[in-house]
Amino acid sequence: MKHLTISQLKQGDRPDSSRAVELFIKFLITLSGWTAILVLAAIAIFLFLSGMRAMQEIGVINMLFGESWFPTSKNQQFGFLPAITGSLWATLVALSISVPLGIMSAVFISEFTGKRVKEVAKSIIEFMAAIPSVVLGLIGLSILAPWVRETFGTATGLTAMTAGMMVGFMCLPTIISIAEDALHAVPNELRQGSAALGNTRWQTTYKVVIPAASSGIFAAVMLGLGRAIGETMVVLMLAGNAGIIPTDPLVSVRTLPGTIANEMGETVRGGLHYSALFFMGFFLFAVTFMINLAADVVLERQRRRWRR
Amino acid sequence: MVSNNLGSFELTDVSVTYGSETAVAGVTMHIPAESVTALIGPSGCGKSTLLRCLNRMNDEIGNVTIEGKLLLDGVDIYDSRAVDPVELRKRVGQVFQKPNPFPMTIFDNVAYGPRTHGVKKKSELDQIVEESLRRAALWKEVKDLLKKHAFELSGGQQQRLCIARALATEPEVLLMDEPASSLDPISTQQIEDTIATLKESVTIVIVTHNMQQAARVSDQTAFMLRDSMERPASLVEMGETRMMFTNPSDKRTEEYITGRFG
Repeated sequence: MKHLTISQLKQGDRPDSSRAVELFIKFLITLSGWTAILVLAAIAIFLFLSGMRAMQEIGVINMLFGESWFPTSKNQQFGFLPAITGSLWATLVALSISVPLGIMSAVFISEFTGKRVKEVAKSIIEFMAAIPSVVLGLIGLSILAPWVRETFGTATGLTAMTAGMMVGFMCLPTIISIAEDALHAVPNELRQGSAALGNTRWQTTYKVVIPAASSGIFAAVMLGLGRAIGETMVVLMLAGNAGIIPTDPLVSVRTLPGTIANEMGETVRGGLHYSALFFMGFFLFAVTFMINLAADVVLERQRRRWRR
Repeated sequence: MVSNNLGSFELTDVSVTYGSETAVAGVTMHIPAESVTALIGPSGCGKSTLLRCLNRMNDEIGNVTIEGKLLLDGVDIYDSRAVDPVELRKRVGQVFQKPNPFPMTIFDNVAYGPRTHGVKKKSELDQIVEESLRRAALWKEVKDLLKKHAFELSGGQQQRLCIARALATEPEVLLMDEPASSLDPISTQQIEDTIATLKESVTIVIVTHNMQQAARVSDQTAFMLRDSMERPASLVEMGETRMMFTNPSDKRTEEYITGRFG
């Protein structure tokens, strides 16, 4: 019988070529894993560097808290406040529609349907997410905008309200599917425990299941919020793009992504306006990144909680 | 708790069918009030299925048919006009195999049932929570921790919390589905001690895999068995625990309790 030394066991009898293939595959997998992270970092750095000129010449504070945005007039003004408040109004309208509707849909799908209805409902919701935003913009222009004008008696149908309603519809799939996952992850033992204490389905749902899934539901809202803030096409088509600081949602507003998309084509490459728009992009990126990060942290905490 | 001699079951020719497959058939038994009845038998013999009939938790699964008569203190619990399963479960509590405290404080866990059933006054709730925790032999350990999250308790404490939670609605019957199978020996002993005191006021039906446990805690024992996969499980025999373990009348019971199969 042949005796093997430890070093022989480690090396084995495999030919060098097979080990080389394995190393190469491992390298490829590692590389593709890092690619996503590297691209993300590159985007952040690129936005930051392109916004550098505006940061130096105008100043971060002057941009973030500046009250007027006149990029092409003689006395150029690069204040973000009109776009920030416009984005906030549209987002507020969007969330006040999509949060209650989305959470209720998720509760219905997770707790009150049979298997078959659940599958159909989930695929319809996935389909909703696949509708191109420009198509939703068209529907908004032809149906929602006239409705808003007539119902609220506004001068134009293109307002923060109009854009927010459509964006709210667009956030629904995100909120529903993530909240549904969170509710689904609540162990069945808790539902049984509550039922065994003489609670109805609905009592069990609002007293045990929803509180137990609350962090996941919160994350769903945060991700919906991230989606709403970053949405461009629909707000560009429906918000009206007026450069004022709105005090209510029934006026035309400009939003952060809408401003960038609207004006980038008219700027001089490397100019101050160009650089200011890039800084606006960097700001938007930072905000949505933080929101998504917060949602992920909360989701991970919830996942760990049920892994007992 | 005062003895009121409530909570006796009378089962006549009970069978349970899931979809088209009959799991348990022809069970006739008397479960006397304020005593401990153990259901024993090998895995798949229908003991848990039968247990879940007693508080109609089988209803939650769906596609289940229950035939025969199940009377609780003379009332047919499957008579849809007379009995609401939600109301029934106030009177027939259940403790599950795995401790399943709700993700809330210890106090809120115990107060959960009473709150559902309309108790709002803080002083009243305080009293119910203390009383229930005492009956579940957990009060001494947690009386200063009532505001703590239930997940901070050990597994055995969590299970006794679940017992307290079930007791808080003052049920006449407590169903226990292998309540100690996930616990260490010391926690198991605490649960068994709790059962011994509780039976003075509550009827207890316990499903267990552990023969010594059945012998230690129960007054009567029912042995169930599924002879072959073609036929549903049934009750082999039922009798006083001492008799069942020393002098069973059926040969299969003797083989099972002496460990020859199962």
